[in-house]
Amino acid sequence: MSTPDRVVLFSALLLAALPVLSAESPQLGTPITPAEMAAWDLSIQPDGRGLPAGSGTAATGKAIFAEKCVVCHNEEGKGQPFDRLVGGQGTLASTTPVKTIGSFWPYASTVFDYIRRAMPLVAPQSLTNDEVYSLTAYLLSLNGVTKERDVMNAKTLAKVKMPNNGGFIVKYPETSR
Amino acid sequence: MSDKAADSAFQPEIVADNGLLHRRLFLTQGVALFGTGGLALLAARPAGAETLTVPTWTKTIGAPMSGYGVPSKYEDKVQRIVRPGAPGSPGTGRSVTPLELINGTITPAGLHFERHHNGIPDIDPAQHRLVIHGKVKRPLSFTVDSLLRYPTVSRIQFLECSGNSAVGWAREAAQQSVGNLHGLLSCSEWTGVPLSILLDEAGVEPGAAWVLAEGADSAALSRSVPLPKAMDDAMVALWQNGERIRPEQGYPMRLFLPGFEGNMNVKWLRRLQVNDGPTMTRDETSKYSDLMPDGKAWLFTYTMGVKSLITSPSHGFKMQGPGLYEISGLAWSGAGKIRRVEVSADGGKTWGEAALTDPVLSKSLTRFRMAWRWNGGPAILKSRAIDETGAVQPSRDELVAQRGERSNYHYHGIQPWSIAATGEVTNVHA
Repeated sequence: MSTPDRVVLFSALLLAALPVLSAESPQLGTPITPAEMAAWDLSIQPDGRGLPAGSGTAATGKAIFAEKCVVCHNEEGKGQPFDRLVGGQGTLASTTPVKTIGSFWPYASTVFDYIRRAMPLVAPQSLTNDEVYSLTAYLLSLNGVTKERDVMNAKTLAKVKMPNNGGFIVKYPETSR
Repeated sequence: MSDKAADSAFQPEIVADNGLLHRRLFLTQGVALFGTGGLALLAARPAGAETLTVPTWTKTIGAPMSGYGVPSKYEDKVQRIVRPGAPGSPGTGRSVTPLELINGTITPAGLHFERHHNGIPDIDPAQHRLVIHGKVKRPLSFTVDSLLRYPTVSRIQFLECSGNSAVGWAREAAQQSVGNLHGLLSCSEWTGVPLSILLDEAGVEPGAAWVLAEGADSAALSRSVPLPKAMDDAMVALWQNGERIRPEQGYPMRLFLPGFEGNMNVKWLRRLQVNDGPTMTRDETSKYSDLMPDGKAWLFTYTMGVKSLITSPSHGFKMQGPGLYEISGLAWSGAGKIRRVEVSADGGKTWGEAALTDPVLSKSLTRFRMAWRWNGGPAILKSRAIDETGAVQPSRDELVAQRGERSNYHYHGIQPWSIAATGEVTNVHA
């Protein structure tokens, strides 16, 4: 990274080039390009922006799940010892709600985003984009959200509408609590 | 509310039934004002002092200085209560602050509660970066050393997990200590760089409305923060209670959002992405949303509700016979300052106003105290906080009537403690 001298020089250049900046602010940040931060730029927006190249199907996802996920999420994602991922539709208003990807999660983008950044627990960020698409396809298919043969990629996943998409009431900005 | 007149000029004024005394008892210079009557109340202690001798530590040379002090060895039971996650995932659980074993309002850094989603990362500060990108004119990367050169602010604020006190939703009152029940709550002096300075340097573009914050831990936990909050009192915190933030609190830096639910105060902060909308991450949709009885879930319930707890006496305490006791507890609100705390010793039939210990700060813990003359009979103690917006802490029944029993998060109902004639203190829904 920059030596202090370079930072000072750069800050001076920035100040000269962009007079709107506050003169009181230290300006010690270094410019960074999208290519330089690609490895950290993992977030997927709910409309699918940020989804990478690659694809996968439920069939390939099933094999990866058996190898890397079943130990925590059980056969077909039925849960134990960790979260149940499948089923539960129609239970949210009952006294025993079952919150899963299929019954509760409002956006399919979140499935890809979360698996890619945090799963599997013992080896986060170890899966390829194709593997993440495959697992997403498998879990959506188990939940009946997509069909077993559907190919998940940046285009198709962005179009998936989740069953509980309308199940949330936004409380911010707050009215009364 | 009943305000009862003082029994006489030499007696503490009784302000509510079953022995609650006026807060003046603590606000003035001790009990001398009450004359012998007041002193007599305090004198409920065993007669016959022991004969004093000069102990060894007064007659021998003491220990030398040390580089970093630790609590007395006699206080080694003052520990966080560790609740690991599922087997094989020790980094997914929590540890809670033992609220019954500490006093004042500042939590020692080593006792600050923990909630991690995949353990504590071992971050080399020389390699750590904070990146600001997205809808900004100048995407920027900051080193830790560069951020340490920025202007700082210091604020004393509480941090509370939105899942704190969740056992309160259960129909049966759990027989656990106040720390076990409510210890996902701590308060520190946080020092850091106002986030608005960094966002201004990056230059937020028109149309931006949210900032996604992400951690460098192996959960890469991410939450969307509304831009108005990010530009208001949000801080990139580098220091806690005077020292650099501990690893379990986000070393080398964390986001701090005063009054907002704990999970949004992203630890090990490495990335801020300015966006036009919320990212709808797993930890703001499938978790940390509040399921209502009709099956709809409340999304983005950020502000922690007005709340209070009596920490002494509380579950597990044993009353030492009738006499004068100090009721002591904590009150806080994510919306601002605590205006008033009321205490009841008769299960909520009558209430008296407690003394608030200065300073009373916004979005911080406030210690309240109340004098209580326990007559040795059954009693139910409650506290009820009111914040500067006028919000009143609800009872459990009121909370359940509004939100049902399945919402998991944001439980802030009144906590009753039952005092039995035997002196045992237990948790009750009352």
